[in-house]
Amino acid sequence: MSDNVNAVSVKGIYKNYGDVEALRDMSLDFPKGQLTSLLGPSGCGKTTLLKIIAGLLQPNQGEVYVNGQIVSEPGPDRAFVFQDFALMPWASVLRNVAFGLELRKVAKSEREDIARKYIKEVGLDGFENSYPHELSGGMRQRVGLARALSVDSPVLLMDEPFSAVDEQTRRKFQEDLLQLVKEESKTFIFVTHSIEEAVYVSDQVAILLPRPSRVSEIIKPSSFKNKDVDSIRKDSEYLDTVEKIWKSLRSYVE
Amino acid sequence: MISRPLTLKLLSALLIFGSWEMASRAGINYAFPTFLESMGALWNLTISGQIFVAYAETLKPLVTGVLISTFIGVGIGVWVGLSEKFDWLVSPIFIIMQSAPLAALIPLVIMAYGIGITSKTFVVCIMAMPVIVLNTSGAVKNTPSSLIEMAKSYLSTEREVILKIIIPSASPVIFAGLRLGVSAGFIGAILAELKITPTGVGDIISYSRMTADYPSMYAAIFSIIVLAVLFLNVLERIEKSLFAGNDLGYVS
Repeated sequence: MSDNVNAVSVKGIYKNYGDVEALRDMSLDFPKGQLTSLLGPSGCGKTTLLKIIAGLLQPNQGEVYVNGQIVSEPGPDRAFVFQDFALMPWASVLRNVAFGLELRKVAKSEREDIARKYIKEVGLDGFENSYPHELSGGMRQRVGLARALSVDSPVLLMDEPFSAVDEQTRRKFQEDLLQLVKEESKTFIFVTHSIEEAVYVSDQVAILLPRPSRVSEIIKPSSFKNKDVDSIRKDSEYLDTVEKIWKSLRSYVE
Repeated sequence: MISRPLTLKLLSALLIFGSWEMASRAGINYAFPTFLESMGALWNLTISGQIFVAYAETLKPLVTGVLISTFIGVGIGVWVGLSEKFDWLVSPIFIIMQSAPLAALIPLVIMAYGIGITSKTFVVCIMAMPVIVLNTSGAVKNTPSSLIEMAKSYLSTEREVILKIIIPSASPVIFAGLRLGVSAGFIGAILAELKITPTGVGDIISYSRMTADYPSMYAAIFSIIVLAVLFLNVLERIEKSLFAGNDLGYVS
């Protein structure tokens, strides 16, 4: 299967945890160069799907295609950003950011140069030799992001990356993410449970419903994408989309 | 490294040694010398060189036993933490060893290994090893799963997961186990010298007790405590230089 439009496709994914059916016949396409959000109430299997795409979990049935190739384990074409940052507390920011390259056997001086570049890019210049416990939550996630960017994978998988940082930092992150999607020609798959966040950052929002998990709707916000970051939140299509998604989800929230 | 102010350290030393001095002067017991008398005796043992000869003897089983326990203990602990089957097989032995009064085993150890250095090293090992193994295995089992997932998603091999994630992540608890293990090893070394054959510092303690030279006895006990604290400090420094980010500060 060769596919020039979609960077990642999942086809007919089934995943059970014991007797619990987490995903049933899930199929979804993730267009190249765009940000797709997986949005849904907790328990709808969005993180499970993301980890299957990452190759960290094996589906019971179904395939994951990355650039047309079937994948079943982690590969250099995908980088993961974790909800709890997953930084090594014993390693400096520099080593944490360079860790992906370290595992790829890139020479020390070379990987540190690359890491320094991305540390600067995420705005942590001067914190290279700090340790994670010396940083705030927002700064830690910037380290996690720099690590994912430094391996230069075409696909970035983000598992609720901003859910553990405070609201102000989160807004800043969302703006930065929009910028990042514009600048880097990467495909982003973004798991979130925040409707506003999904609509704000996404080119495409896939709404997942629970038990058994399925894609209920795919929404492609379009008109406000080219506006500047400040006016998006006031845009009428933005507000209408948020409202529409909430209406379709509210019956699933106790 | 978190360092406590020197004045506080001096103050707490003054408090403890001061109350020792006063308690002794109050005449609790004729076998309880004052702090100053004991320090005088320690000085005499030092200039006569007796204490160095004694430690040369005591340190042999102690250092050998602690090193054996550290390497074998951490090795077994990591294995137990990684393999459920090995856990079932081995853990009960160490859990029993940790809760059993091991001093009661000394007569058996003498029967098996005689009264030489082998027996003494063995006593150090059985004292030090269980806590090292149990701490290590517990820490390995508690490695945050997101760190392991992180390493896997960035293409690490199984070996790299163990060496670069599991062991560094477990290191604070492994070192906590080593601290307890080293202390237990000191107990083992002295116990062996008191119960098997009087040599080294154990000999100074039991000989000066028999001759009612109580200041020397207290001096010997004091010196072994100081040595144990120094040992733990060295251990902490090793930990700091290996895993700088794990800095929490325990001893100094």
